[in-house]
Amino acid sequence: MSKVTPKPLPKADLPELKQVGKPLRRVDALGKAVGATVYAADFTMPNMLHAKVLRSSRPHARIAKLDVSMARELPGVACVMTGEDVKGAKLNTDLPGQTGREARAGSDAPVLALDVVRYVGEPMALVAAETVEIAEQAIRLIEIEYEDLPGVFTPEDALKSGAPILFEPDNVVSRYAIRKGDLEAGMAEADVIVERTFKMPFVEHAYLEPDGGVAWVDEQGVINIRVCTQVIEHFRSIARALGVPQNRVRIRGTMVGGGFGSKEDITVEIFLAFLTRDTGRPVKLVYTREEQFAATAKRHPFTITHKTGVKKDGRITASHVTMTADSGAYPYLTPYVLLYATGMAAGPYKVDNIHVDSVAAPTNQSFTSAFRGFGGPQAALGYEQQMDEIAKALDLDPLEVRRANYMQTGDTTCTGQAVTSAIWTEECATRVLHALGERTPDTPTVKIGRGFANTFQSYGRITWFHDTSRAWVGVEQDGTVVLRCGVPDIGAGQSNSICQIAAEILGVPLERVTIYATDSAVTPLAGTSTATRQLYMSGNAVTMASTAVRTRLVGRAARELGVSEGEIDLSDSRAFVTSDPSRFVELKDLVHLCAAEGIELSHLAQFNAPFTDGLDPETGQGDIWPDFTFGAVAVEVAVDTETGQIELLRCAACHDVGRAINPAAVEGQIAGGTHQGLGYALMEEFVLEDGQIKTPSLAEYLIPTSVDFPSTKVIILESGTGVGPFGAKGIGEPALTPAAPAVANAVADALGLRIESLPYTPKKVLETIERSKQASRQDAEHAKKKQDT
Amino acid sequence: MGLAAIHLTVNGRRHEVFLSANTTLLTALRDLGYTDVKNGCEIGECGACAVLLNGEAVNSCMALARQADGAEIVTNAGLGTMQDPHPIQEAFADAGAIQCGFCTPGMVISTKALLDRNPDPTEAEIREALSGNLCRCTGYGQIIEAVRLSAERLRDLTSSPASSQSEEGQEPASEKRVLASGEQEKAGGDSK
Repeated sequence: MSKVTPKPLPKADLPELKQVGKPLRRVDALGKAVGATVYAADFTMPNMLHAKVLRSSRPHARIAKLDVSMARELPGVACVMTGEDVKGAKLNTDLPGQTGREARAGSDAPVLALDVVRYVGEPMALVAAETVEIAEQAIRLIEIEYEDLPGVFTPEDALKSGAPILFEPDNVVSRYAIRKGDLEAGMAEADVIVERTFKMPFVEHAYLEPDGGVAWVDEQGVINIRVCTQVIEHFRSIARALGVPQNRVRIRGTMVGGGFGSKEDITVEIFLAFLTRDTGRPVKLVYTREEQFAATAKRHPFTITHKTGVKKDGRITASHVTMTADSGAYPYLTPYVLLYATGMAAGPYKVDNIHVDSVAAPTNQSFTSAFRGFGGPQAALGYEQQMDEIAKALDLDPLEVRRANYMQTGDTTCTGQAVTSAIWTEECATRVLHALGERTPDTPTVKIGRGFANTFQSYGRITWFHDTSRAWVGVEQDGTVVLRCGVPDIGAGQSNSICQIAAEILGVPLERVTIYATDSAVTPLAGTSTATRQLYMSGNAVTMASTAVRTRLVGRAARELGVSEGEIDLSDSRAFVTSDPSRFVELKDLVHLCAAEGIELSHLAQFNAPFTDGLDPETGQGDIWPDFTFGAVAVEVAVDTETGQIELLRCAACHDVGRAINPAAVEGQIAGGTHQGLGYALMEEFVLEDGQIKTPSLAEYLIPTSVDFPSTKVIILESGTGVGPFGAKGIGEPALTPAAPAVANAVADALGLRIESLPYTPKKVLETIERSKQASRQDAEHAKKKQDT
Repeated sequence: MGLAAIHLTVNGRRHEVFLSANTTLLTALRDLGYTDVKNGCEIGECGACAVLLNGEAVNSCMALARQADGAEIVTNAGLGTMQDPHPIQEAFADAGAIQCGFCTPGMVISTKALLDRNPDPTEAEIREALSGNLCRCTGYGQIIEAVRLSAERLRDLTSSPASSQSEEGQEPASEKRVLASGEQEKAGGDSK
């Protein structure tokens, strides 16, 4: 890649705003800075018990004996529960949060294993005791006998006939087929056909805050659960598992110390609910770090094959993509993760003739579920590595090949969904490539490589989930603003963004807004903090509620100031005449004027996402998501061909976020997401051997530290064309997606070889180099023999 | 396992506690209510539980409480409060260095220990000083920026004694703050 000039940006109208668009100090920042924020594991209750979980040590076994009598007799033990005691209760793992959709994929895991265990770490029994130490001792007193069953450890094996059946009837957890255009004709039209396979490992979320919570039964008999979760609406699934009405379970979410998708699943809260109901006492349960590795979800391993027909100029004429995903022992969100990967299989490119065939199958390993990107990052590792392989096969510049295929607004994805917002693929790609600057020279043993990736990622939930969010906005008598919204704040600034929006619309400084959030009983339900949906959904709900209140304030101010409503604006806690700001009424006085006439100064609003019917079962055609975010990452790497070490030298990330509500928070999302993607490519692999966990702690499972990678240069673009408030697009998940394929392409550029599977450990780098040397030696011998004969 | 009395001075408050031999300093502190000391891994890999033990940053999960008998301990909450935050805490909030916030108390402690011995660290020195504190949210860039900003503000405080710390502390978040590493382009903006 030679020097690249950033592509000029199209014109768009972005009005200058007072609160939105400013890198203000987040409303949650100071409390966290001084250690005043109370996290789930910090709460205690009077008379509280402590819980521990007994977990399977076998990947697949019949439970021949589970004798808890000695544990029950231990002094200080209040309660021991097994699968028998929870009466076969199941987790409704596959449809979290509120949705109008009733039909479920039926992929339930038992709350506690009954008869059979299917992965190492599966919960088998619960203990609640006076102290953590007694609970641990009681767990050790439980007698277990296993009868091992044959295990299956790859999805490919699970799909072979005769494999142990983990998911009835045939181990197919989910399967999708996309049929768009004429694949055969497209392939026939191609000058060259490129076929490559790419593989991705299990990855652990490794957020710093272990899952935890405290539950109790209140004076109404309502089960209260204080827990760090991305989904307070799990109260419904918990009520179902307990067999109690849904209005008898209340979840009070805490500030979440990182989630990245794993706190989308039900974790401690279901155990707490059973234990507090059984004992009548408050119960606390906090996972250990080792338990985090064994008991919570992982990112899905995928194997993706792209077979692409291309013209000599790089234009794609046809594409056949196949995907196999490992769902682990239970499906959890696998059906939807696979759908995401399938729907984004072609990337931000216009491919008229495409088939996608994807399947997910179970193994006797840790279950896989949501992880930032939800299948999008795996899909991107497929299509973006393939784009570079196509460039290599055609001897074209990788940017040139992409230019020949970029979607334009109005073009459709592989499911036939038209993209309605701006598509700034080339704008992003040229900026990150430009940002890398002068290329670092090679040395005899260290090869320098550069690569980039252009990706897209949905934001907002699947549109046939009938997603909604609610928010309540009110103005107090002193002109301060109160926001009530059931949004879980998982650290990405979910609360802050909607506060900045309310501040903008009501014309008050951010510090005049207070938010009460994340209580399933008393804050309006806002849906899950997943799927990059909160800014879009709750941001729009807050916009609606704030605008309703604003309209009333403006109406009263217009009468007071003797002008028409169109001449009034709100700013700096006052309503004023736009042509003559010296004519104004203070917001607090305006509130009194409204109150004297009974004008309502609060508003509850509900925002509904677009609702669709689902995909055509034959062709897989239809709309899946509300919109997409487009971005790119470019990196420069140095590969030491003697040690196999890869050093990341430079990294730049650029995304069109529509409108940056808080640019400092957006920068944090992009830098942090990129970093996770770099770890995915270069360091991270959750290793299982025959179902046993080989990386059970942060000493074995390494995540990036402050000395592993340089800071990412972050470039924020604003097209103003998103479907969120003020034209915003979502950035939480999209931030991660391009980083890993950019690294993969840079390493391939350095070595002239592609390593088939992530992560690129020194061992794998050396093995790949060695294999290639052997191959070229064989080629040379072959050629020599030919010459000799 | 007998219990033994030990004395801990935490954030200026003196405590006498009876603990078994294997109780870690982390558990002792959290049980005393110092829940700003975070439990992230209990094996010294994440740094969320870092405290100052006689002025040195240590992972409290790796120290036995009995080893700290008689020691002066400072946790993040001991450095400042919502009303009167420490300049380092303020800088973390201003620099966008806080996302989920779970690593923040440990990060602030490591920063304090660094700046106490080196008031003007290079980026490499900052990265090295924070290498035992894991953060999964930020990618560290804005945290490095926060440490730089902390150092700058603390140097300003010591060089001009006239400007008191509380004045500094009450300064509202600047709208003109430059993004740590980023740039922003709006549609139609000149993209040279």
